[in-house]
Amino acid sequence: MLAFIIRRISQAFFVVVAMVVLVFFGTYVIGDPVWMMVPGDATQEQIEAVRRDFGFDQPVYVQFFKFLGDVLHGEFGRSYVHGSSAINLILDRMPATLELALAALILAVLIGIPLGLFAGLKPDHPASRSIMAVSILGFSLPTFWVGLMLIMLFSVMLGWLPATGRGPVVSIFGLETSMLSLEGWRHLFLPAINLALLKISLVIRLTRSGAREAALQDYVKFARAKGLSQQRIVGVHILKNILIPIVTVLGLEFGSLVAFSVVTETIFAWPGMGKLLLEAIQRLDRPLIVAYVMVVVLLFVTINLIVDILYSALDPRVRLTGTQS
Amino acid sequence: MDKNSTIAYRQATTWRGVSFAVAAILAGTSPLALQAQELKIAMSSEPSSADPHYHNLTPNNQVVRHVFEPLVFQDEFQAIGPGLAANWKIIDDVTWEFKLRANVKFHDGSPLTVEDVIFSLNRVPNVPKSPAPKTAYVRGKTIEKVDDLTFRVKTAKPEALMLNHLANIEIMSAKAAATATTEDINAGKGNIGTGPYQFVEFVPGDRFVVKRNDAYWGQKQPWAKVTFKFIKSDPTRVAALLSGDVDVIETVPTADAQRLSKEPKVTVSSALSNRLVYLHMDRYRAETPFVKGKDGAQIKNPFHDLKVRQALTKAINRPAIIDRIMEGEAVPASQMLPDSYAGTSKKLKPTAYDLDGAKKLLAEAGFPNGFKLTIVGPNGRYTNDTKIIEAVAQMFTRAGIETAVETLPPAVFFSRASSGGPDKQPEFSMILAGWSAGTGEPSDSLKSLLGTYDTKLGRGSANRGRYSNPAMDAVLDKALATVDFDKRSAMLAEASEIAMNDIGLIPLHYQKNSWAAKKGLKVTARTDEYTLAMSVKP
Repeated sequence: MLAFIIRRISQAFFVVVAMVVLVFFGTYVIGDPVWMMVPGDATQEQIEAVRRDFGFDQPVYVQFFKFLGDVLHGEFGRSYVHGSSAINLILDRMPATLELALAALILAVLIGIPLGLFAGLKPDHPASRSIMAVSILGFSLPTFWVGLMLIMLFSVMLGWLPATGRGPVVSIFGLETSMLSLEGWRHLFLPAINLALLKISLVIRLTRSGAREAALQDYVKFARAKGLSQQRIVGVHILKNILIPIVTVLGLEFGSLVAFSVVTETIFAWPGMGKLLLEAIQRLDRPLIVAYVMVVVLLFVTINLIVDILYSALDPRVRLTGTQS
Repeated sequence: MDKNSTIAYRQATTWRGVSFAVAAILAGTSPLALQAQELKIAMSSEPSSADPHYHNLTPNNQVVRHVFEPLVFQDEFQAIGPGLAANWKIIDDVTWEFKLRANVKFHDGSPLTVEDVIFSLNRVPNVPKSPAPKTAYVRGKTIEKVDDLTFRVKTAKPEALMLNHLANIEIMSAKAAATATTEDINAGKGNIGTGPYQFVEFVPGDRFVVKRNDAYWGQKQPWAKVTFKFIKSDPTRVAALLSGDVDVIETVPTADAQRLSKEPKVTVSSALSNRLVYLHMDRYRAETPFVKGKDGAQIKNPFHDLKVRQALTKAINRPAIIDRIMEGEAVPASQMLPDSYAGTSKKLKPTAYDLDGAKKLLAEAGFPNGFKLTIVGPNGRYTNDTKIIEAVAQMFTRAGIETAVETLPPAVFFSRASSGGPDKQPEFSMILAGWSAGTGEPSDSLKSLLGTYDTKLGRGSANRGRYSNPAMDAVLDKALATVDFDKRSAMLAEASEIAMNDIGLIPLHYQKNSWAAKKGLKVTARTDEYTLAMSVKP
């Protein structure tokens, strides 16, 4: 177990380094950030001064080694635009994004699993067919369009929910959350549903196929022959067995919920790190982009690790050893 | 009514009651009295800092203007008037004397003195790691204190734009901000100004909040609290207004401006902006890479011929672009700024659409069959930029110039258009770009866009066509050394005429700035694109 975790962490280290190198040179190739920083009426002299000040006049490899040196000293770079520590900017925004992703995940489970189970156990029921048809829509509709439609319907036409922003936050155990108040949930609901839509469809399909398969297994037949109630068969025997793939997929998907909340955050003006990233890319704020990528890679690695450990808890046949990858 | 139907009825009413209650909870009940006190403004781009001297950028200047004030103010037409300085006089060509208002207090209660002015002007060039410092506004200026409220500014050479420069420098408290870094100021430490509002908080990526300064020296403000929310996405900003999340939005998307003005809950106000959208042509190479003959062979650079330039400007149907693409949110342009501004020429009129005339001029210039051209522009930097280039390309093609379009992300575009070619010269043959005249007069535009490229003199810094006209340079230099306002304005008008008659660039249109607000609010539209709470009256 310990060897497994150490192995994973050392792998993660190489992934982070590789990503940082890629992103660093990638953003360098895109263009010269100085043009996104200075005002339109800046003189050549001002532009050169800013370039010197930020070291853009140096060759790219010099800039890169300087950056590496700073990282070794624990300094991950300052945002060109904001002037403050890039990592701190991202960590400040992270609770909002995690909260949104968590809410989306909860919705995906709460809506996806019951509907999927129903569709899996009664595959010929007309309701099952419509559940499956709607889940196709969930897969295929673009997030930004659904987001705008949600705003249009629930905020502009019905006026039930606010269109933008995050509700009031309270701090518990040092973490800020808006999930503890009604006003917070009113702000959270639309973006969370928007972000969860794809995952709901995914969970429905996974649960359905798992349930259909499990329903034909010998242990289910045996349970039925034993005279166990339908409730117990579904709730204990089927559900427990189909949860393994769902937990794996959801775990991995949580990472993508965090990383790809960019679109939802932009549409709902949700003050998370995705919105910050988009701004950073448009302004070629390299330190901020690099820091974001580092944080997200670490997040993915951590989630994978947790999923692996959970997996072994749910399925006793799986053993974590140092030799298994 | 029998028993069963009574139960059914009861259930139905219960459900109706529940759903009503749910709807009521969802809709929430915000106290109306509070709403009138708080103003929420949605901004389309976000400030990078709360430090007034850190980043010379419109969204930054706009939010810090609530907390900090300059010595002179620009009104909604960018005309200059007294600010923290009550009055001033010109002693000689290089000496100006300013008198501060006597009753001005900072938010911490300390009075404004000349020391604060000296501190602020010295701070401007010394903000570390500033991405766009305001250094140019203070260069060559030295301050001499006369008494606590009077000071003199001496300049190295006659400085015509003294007041325009001072209008961009916010005065900070020497006592409170003496050791404050940009990060301190973002966090509220030393964020002490004289403005009508006091700083509350700045959350990057989310909001900027100020509250009313009850001890303000000027007109008392109607809003107890003002929140600026940063909502970049156009449809979301409009939805936020329609759903009541915010009271005012800036940069109304052109596609929605017409619809919103018919909306009963909303009022739209707009003003002609100081932003010009134009085409720049390669004027420094004998052969230019993005122009080819019809057979694909390299030909001489046609833009050196005045007739070709005249043909190009005549081939553009400006009213059509404004009508179809800008949805009416622009005005045809003839020079660097609309002629309501000082220093512009009343003689210059937008070139009328004349396709036959354009074809005839092209034939006279030796291009009866036209040539091939690629226009390059940014994608998403200016309102509808890509669509405008596409329309212009079609109009040129109709006149016989087979025109292709290439658009690039702004960061890539500006670095290539400015220095992507050999020897760090501009790369493209024809570009679309925009220019906003922050000073509220055309000298900066003329100097940067059309002045002969010269890094030492700081001339032609945005002259990506490398247009050069010594006659225009001479008049402009004279104007920039003339302190007298009327004389200078006449000279600037003359310089504009020289450059525009020679078609140094092809002006397309001036953008309009639009604001939309909840019915009942009155927004005074500003030409400088600033959205100020001071411009919003209940």
